[in-house]
Amino acid sequence: MAAPEASDSEEEVLAGYGTALEPLPEGERIKKPVPLQEQTVKDEKGRYKRFHGAFSGGFSAGYFNTVGSKEGWAPSTFVSSRQKRADKTVLGPEDFMDEEDLSEYGIAPKEITTTDDFASKPKDRIKEKARQIAGVTASIPGATALDDLIAPAKITIGVELLRKMGWKEGQGVGPRVKRKPRKQKPDPEVKVYGCALPPEGSEDEEDEYQPENVTFAPKDVMPVDLTPKENVHGLGYKGLDPTKALFGVSGEEDPSPFTDGSEKTSNLLGDLRHSKGRKLGISGQAFGVGALEEEDDDIYATETLSKYDTVLKDEEPGDMLYGWTAPKQYKNKKGMEKEVRYIGKILDGFSLASKSSAPKKTYLPPDLPRDYRPVHYFRPVITARNENPLLLQALVESTGKRETDTPQQNRHTLNASQRRELLGETALKGPSPSVLDYLSGKDKERIKEAKQAAEQQMKTQTLPQQSLNISSSSHGVHHKWQMALGGQLATPGSSDFKPFAKNPEKQKRYEDYVESLKQGQKDTPESRSDPGMTEWERGREREEFFHAAVLYKSSNSVLSSRFTRAKHEDDTDKVEVPREQEMDIDDKESAVKMKMFGKLTRDKFEWHPEKLLCKRFNVPDPYSDSSIIGLPKVKRDKYSVFNFLTLPESTTTTITQTTNEKIQQNINPNKPKKPSRWDVSDKEKKKKDSISEFISLARSKVDIQQQQPESVIEEDRSRTNEPLPNKAVNESTDQKKEESRPSMDLFKAIFASSSDEKSSSSEEDSDEEVHQTPSAVPNSESTKPANLPDTSSADVQECMAVTNEPDLVPPLLKEELDKEEEFGPRLPPVFFSKTTQKHEPVPLASSLEASQKEKPKKNKEKHKAKREHKHKKEKKKKHKKHRHKGKHKNKKSEKNSSSDTADSSDSLSDIEEITDLSSQELLRRLKHLPEMKQ
Amino acid sequence: MAFPEPKPKKPELPKKLVQTLECKQGAVRAVRFNVDGNYCLTCGSDKSLKLWNPHKGTLLKSYSGHGYEVLDAAGSFDNSQLCSCGADKTVVLWDVASGQVIRKFRGHAGKVNCVQFNEEATVILSGSIDSSVRCWDCRSRRPDPIQILDEAKDGVSSLKVSDYEILSGSVDGRVRRYDLRAGELYSDYVGSPVTSVCFSKDGQCTLAASLDSTLRLLDKDTGELLGEYTGHKNTAYKLDCCLSEKDTHVASCSEDGQVYFWDLVEGSLTLSLPVGRGVVQSLSFHPSEPGLLTATEGRVQFWREETHTAEEQPPAC
Repeated sequence: MAAPEASDSEEEVLAGYGTALEPLPEGERIKKPVPLQEQTVKDEKGRYKRFHGAFSGGFSAGYFNTVGSKEGWAPSTFVSSRQKRADKTVLGPEDFMDEEDLSEYGIAPKEITTTDDFASKPKDRIKEKARQIAGVTASIPGATALDDLIAPAKITIGVELLRKMGWKEGQGVGPRVKRKPRKQKPDPEVKVYGCALPPEGSEDEEDEYQPENVTFAPKDVMPVDLTPKENVHGLGYKGLDPTKALFGVSGEEDPSPFTDGSEKTSNLLGDLRHSKGRKLGISGQAFGVGALEEEDDDIYATETLSKYDTVLKDEEPGDMLYGWTAPKQYKNKKGMEKEVRYIGKILDGFSLASKSSAPKKTYLPPDLPRDYRPVHYFRPVITARNENPLLLQALVESTGKRETDTPQQNRHTLNASQRRELLGETALKGPSPSVLDYLSGKDKERIKEAKQAAEQQMKTQTLPQQSLNISSSSHGVHHKWQMALGGQLATPGSSDFKPFAKNPEKQKRYEDYVESLKQGQKDTPESRSDPGMTEWERGREREEFFHAAVLYKSSNSVLSSRFTRAKHEDDTDKVEVPREQEMDIDDKESAVKMKMFGKLTRDKFEWHPEKLLCKRFNVPDPYSDSSIIGLPKVKRDKYSVFNFLTLPESTTTTITQTTNEKIQQNINPNKPKKPSRWDVSDKEKKKKDSISEFISLARSKVDIQQQQPESVIEEDRSRTNEPLPNKAVNESTDQKKEESRPSMDLFKAIFASSSDEKSSSSEEDSDEEVHQTPSAVPNSESTKPANLPDTSSADVQECMAVTNEPDLVPPLLKEELDKEEEFGPRLPPVFFSKTTQKHEPVPLASSLEASQKEKPKKNKEKHKAKREHKHKKEKKKKHKKHRHKGKHKNKKSEKNSSSDTADSSDSLSDIEEITDLSSQELLRRLKHLPEMKQ
Repeated sequence: MAFPEPKPKKPELPKKLVQTLECKQGAVRAVRFNVDGNYCLTCGSDKSLKLWNPHKGTLLKSYSGHGYEVLDAAGSFDNSQLCSCGADKTVVLWDVASGQVIRKFRGHAGKVNCVQFNEEATVILSGSIDSSVRCWDCRSRRPDPIQILDEAKDGVSSLKVSDYEILSGSVDGRVRRYDLRAGELYSDYVGSPVTSVCFSKDGQCTLAASLDSTLRLLDKDTGELLGEYTGHKNTAYKLDCCLSEKDTHVASCSEDGQVYFWDLVEGSLTLSLPVGRGVVQSLSFHPSEPGLLTATEGRVQFWREETHTAEEQPPAC
């Protein structure tokens, strides 16, 4: 700095360094520096920071420096315990820290630091050291070595990246070189102490055989270890290294930057090995020879001057230390160099080249054109639409890309696989979505061609067909949809979607159906469907297939490759329901009416209380080894999903259902509000010959025998169906009696699931009707076949014939029916099946009128049946057999409900037995029952 | 020398009106004695729950915190806690002394009709119109019930707890008894929506009131009908019934403003106590003495036997 008071003459001569101070203005005094005692420290909030001595501090210290309020810690914002009881915030240590603590110099600095993954050196040396000491001083010395062995070798990201790029340890980084640099011969003047180095002739000889074409990785560069000197020791001084001190082994630090974990473990192991032969003791430069030490040869490290360079000379090209003359560390660099030079053995018949190959000829870069702009711009898109083929050709050639095949698309329009191709990625290895993957490219090409041709053909075919279909709209509702859906329907072959996988036959039919849909056919060929199926079933199935097809449009094969089929199929068609259910109310109600409380009105269940509840009640857990809670549950069939889907048909079916209900309610004006036959008026009771009376007698009789719990649904169904014969009689008279609230049956019909549908023993007259009531109750085809009797097509036809007759029911009929000794139960099943045949399509027909029309017919049939009944004993028998056969078959097809069907068949036989008895007899028995039971 | 046992006094019925509490909390939905009968709780339709000394007719404390009318309440065995439930679908556990809400149990999907402590006040049981009985743990802080008894097909109207049983009456016409010791559920069909159930003091019988204006005394073990009590009117409301302190009589509210007493064994109507003009909504019988609390409209009345004198009053508050 130039002295300001220097004379002018000198000023000319002197060179000024630095910035000159501002010239002092006249008359102003020099600002005095703030005296030390007046210097203040403020934190970032402007508060004064106090530095406490040994005796200051105390409360005020905390207050002034850390806590913001006089009261001490400011409470965190008050939260009303009433409103926010639950959310207790978990407080971490940071919550008790000030910002200062989190700043750079705080105790928990929150700055961006290199994580261990990226750091080239282990971060905390203190810890490391502590560990080492612990390892040495532990009862088992070197126990931590095991940890090191077991601990995964940590490789930093950098090394990993390098390895990925083909780098191997020991090699240098950079492009491979043709010839390794000539090794510098050791300077003859340099003295070598210790034992002589091995002759290097062999190495040189190797050089002779170096092949021409082999390139070598560049030599590894020794990194200059630029650890800052943090201590106050003298240069080169090493403190007492515990490993060194105790084992006497110089923990020679590895110069390689890439060896941290693995090498160290070996070091430690080496230590251990070494320590075996040696007594422990402290040795080092400062300590001399310990008392236990025997050898004293290395008392003082001899650092002779000869170890240092005395002359400034050019760097040895061999060692990359660039003049770095650290003592010791790179002593044996020669050996290392050898290692580094060439890695890998030389192939047979090859030898390392002795001379370096001719230097690579370098070509100058071409001269840039004058108008060159160092910015990339995209070439215009070349498409096949370009008029000039020549130009196109030229462009294509110039770009080297053929864009005619795939017209340049917006990248958003590309799908994943196309993008993948563009990026050159390999395809995902999911389950291969189609057979095509296994075909060779040529085959694929061929198939593609064929497919395209076929598609073309189909397009031309379907169009006229479509118009045809629309014009003749006589066919069902969804045919139009089918057409609209066209090709996007599920393709059974390619997609893995198998909605009916459980029923292979059905699945096959479904596939056929979809196939036919795709081809634009209106219907499934009858030949394909099960010949045993009824018309109604077939219709139902078709509908179901249709829904399924709508639901599952062909999923993208790419998508499907991402998912794999479930190994274990979960029971989707099962629901958990209580194993036992409270038995039907009807009979209970009757029991209540008769004041027969006790067994009749009581249900007893196994009930598992929660363990904790038992504990709280001080009661031993009755089922200590079961995990069930509440009522034990069992799995039952659930209805098919497709029945629940909202489609126009379904709404109409419910409407018809409701109307049915209403009608049925109208039919029987004497029926009380409560769905119990025991509630009927006395007058009716006395009559004793009404159907319902009889049925309930039969039912209660069976029920009392406690064979099976009753099904609520079927029960109700039977009730609603039985009065049907009366319909024609009563229909006109009593509209007014209509209940404002729909009966329970309706609710049950809507909400009940199949789980309620246990076969009931008390099902009087084996009520075919009951089984087959089409119902708004979603009827899965898993349960449906179980309930459906096997009906031949002949029956169907017969019934059709019957229905063609004019339907009139004489008012006398009711009387007749009532007088008849044998009622529903003994009716030949053939008629029931017939009636059901007619009855069933009601919901499907989805028209109110249809359903209404059918009832009188049914009456008629029933009536007819009764008249003919006596003449048809044999026929009945035959049908019984027939029915059982059907059952058997169903059992086979639907294993899940096998128990149910078995039950029902049992009950059926029971019922048949019962129904042979006269009603009088039944009543008599019933009266005696309470005593019998008790 | 043993003296012959003195002839037991003929049980008296509470006939004499001793106190009238004007609750001033809207309609009184329920009135309940505490365990020893010294205090009572009234559940008001104005969302408040009040603690009274019915003997003196003094209001001790008012508990507010319900979001809708309070429908039932119960006190713990040690009188330290109260539980109440209401139309706000919650069950609330109160601290008696401070009047603070200790816990609120949410989980019912509808109005909670009835609530009970278990014997040691470790569990609160609540029955709701969502047709479930929920067992809430008072010991832990878990917010969900220990167990949900959802066997009822319709709302649960009434609930009683013994040392190992849970008795619930449901609108589906069944009286369900969950026996924790045996791990069994007994379901007795009564035929008509059950409005109130209770155990007899001897633990042998259950009493069920139903909407067909009938009370039925059922044998607990077999479900057999032991007695039927009719004469009152109960067709629309959820009215309480109870047994007298020595199980000698059956009492029930009625929609004609009276409380009816029947002899338990004979089943004959012994007394009809005119309480008021409106429906007697709730009643509670003193656990050890012939004392009866009735609730009509916004008023609670305390009835004692004829021979009762004021000196006899137990020391209260």
